[in-house]
Amino acid sequence: MGLTITEKILAAHAGKDKVTPGETIWVDVDVLMTHDVCGPGTISIFKEQFGENAKVFDREKVVIIPDHYIFTSDKHANRNIDILRKFVSEQNLPYYYDVGTENYKGVCHLALAQEGHNRPGEVLFGTDSHTCTSGAFGMFSTGIGNTDAAFILGTGKLWVKVPESMQFEFTGKFPDYIMAKDIILQVIGDIGVDGATYRTMEWTGNAIMNFSMEERMTLCNMAIEGGGKNAVIEADEVTLKYVKERTNKPYNIYRSDHDANYYFKKTYDASTMEPIVAKPHSPDNKALVRECSDVKIDRSYIGSCTGGKYTDFLAAANILNGKKVAVNTFIVPATTEVYKDLESKTLGGKTLLNIFKDAGCEIGDASCAACLGGPKDTFGRTHGTEVVVSTTNRNFPGRMGSKQSEVYLASPYTAAASALTGRITDPREMLN
Amino acid sequence: MEQVIAGRAYVLGNNIDTDQIIPAEHLVYSLSDPEEKKNYGKFALSGVPKDGAGLPEGNKLFVEEGKFESEYTIIIGGKNFGCGSSREHAPACLKIAGIQAIIATSYARIFYRNSVDGGFFIPFESLGELVNNIRTGDNLTINVETGTLTNNSSNQTFKLQPLGEVAKIVKAGNIFEYARKVGMI
Ligand code: SF4
Repeated sequence: MGLTITEKILAAHAGKDKVTPGETIWVDVDVLMTHDVCGPGTISIFKEQFGENAKVFDREKVVIIPDHYIFTSDKHANRNIDILRKFVSEQNLPYYYDVGTENYKGVCHLALAQEGHNRPGEVLFGTDSHTCTSGAFGMFSTGIGNTDAAFILGTGKLWVKVPESMQFEFTGKFPDYIMAKDIILQVIGDIGVDGATYRTMEWTGNAIMNFSMEERMTLCNMAIEGGGKNAVIEADEVTLKYVKERTNKPYNIYRSDHDANYYFKKTYDASTMEPIVAKPHSPDNKALVRECSDVKIDRSYIGSCTGGKYTDFLAAANILNGKKVAVNTFIVPATTEVYKDLESKTLGGKTLLNIFKDAGCEIGDASCAACLGGPKDTFGRTHGTEVVVSTTNRNFPGRMGSKQSEVYLASPYTAAASALTGRITDPREMLN
Repeated sequence: MEQVIAGRAYVLGNNIDTDQIIPAEHLVYSLSDPEEKKNYGKFALSGVPKDGAGLPEGNKLFVEEGKFESEYTIIIGGKNFGCGSSREHAPACLKIAGIQAIIATSYARIFYRNSVDGGFFIPFESLGELVNNIRTGDNLTINVETGTLTNNSSNQTFKLQPLGEVAKIVKAGNIFEYARKVGMI
């Protein structure tokens, strides 16, 4: 019996020839990522358990990316950044992307990719549930809590229960109005928010391999909304090109064997896919966008690790170019690199940033912003009964701030088309 | 590890996510400062919509206004308990509020790991759905050794899923104690 990519990576990191789903193993960790919300707690547990003067297991393998509560006057939030700074200087850590400096990046999952910390075949843990995003690079990555992160800081190891794999194959070609967000919302709607609990979501097929790295990250990002432990896409030329431009560290490419064992396999015909939304208050509350055309919205939000990448804004700009939005529309680039792209990349001779400004959008600084509500003064946060169409990944009650607000998750195409009409709008009405 | 856990039940439905357990705006408090930490108890489960708070009736506060601890010590949950973010503040706030055990139909894996590895409380899995058999306020007793739950208010007894591999960590107290016991650290 062959092995899946995930099983091969885990076996290699446990010093074994093979592993079997359900088995509990200890793996060696290649990268530990933490951010401003969970970093301080991780650091205090690390010191409590390993001693005030303990050193981290390997300073080259720790990456700290403040991104969540960055631009706020909240004093506790700002104190958290001070704790990170102090730890970084005590430990002399090379990979710290401090806010308020040239080095600041923004949302951790995209920053990891852009700064070359995602490498095929590696094992990466992060104190954030969307750490599964990095699986787009053919690696094993998943989210953990502060205790597990502190354990890794001290030992470089963690126990893992080997997950069973679920394979989602998309054959053929997606229509050009379909984005990765439509696909992941379709699949989560099909399997439910706990449909992949403890398991791997492995993506495959021509249509998937035609996606850019950004779109692949969107797919893997939301594995957690299906309950998944990790997501994975085999590394190919597209992956290697992206990685080589950003790091010269060595890596290994793993492929699933043809006779590997899957808990579940499903094949979709890519050409039949339609734009999808997840209605309030759950990411699996699937509907076709065209079925929701009578839903009036108060705002549109385009941002976050899953919907605030360059390709997401390019899609939105295609729709907003030369038009005016009908509702408050928030544009939040995930990282400073994306912000720079908005300033420099053009469509029809105009920068994306100017397209958005002329359309009447408000532009935020690179960070998580209102994706998770956050302190009261967070950019784009809801405070009342707003109905929002958003390219983020969660629409649980209160996720974007107010418990009374209602969030529809959608692709950047759909969010932009809806911004123009003030109701949930199928992008096919705008793209011709 | 306590062999018997007894207390009053607080019943919740399916898919209780970490934003309902502890809304993101409260995540700024320090978990190591004893005074600040109390706030986590105060805001535990404050994101649960009113009609789902304390089933079957709903509208029951988990922590009374102005208090930092709950009168309930055992949570009964449905499917996919603790889904959403990886924040350890979620199991931590429940422990700070006084929770000693959760019995849910199933868990989101990060929440489950955090509960076990951090040694906050024992996350038991029930064999069937308990949400309809237990009412908020019922008096419960859990026998950890035999894996049984008794509802003293209705005189019913339920079998719980065995803890499996994680029992070793639960017994040791948390992942660090376990690693010390087996000589890893
Ligand atoms: S953008 Fe949203 S989902 Fe992504 S890391 Fe930030 S808070 Fe989490």
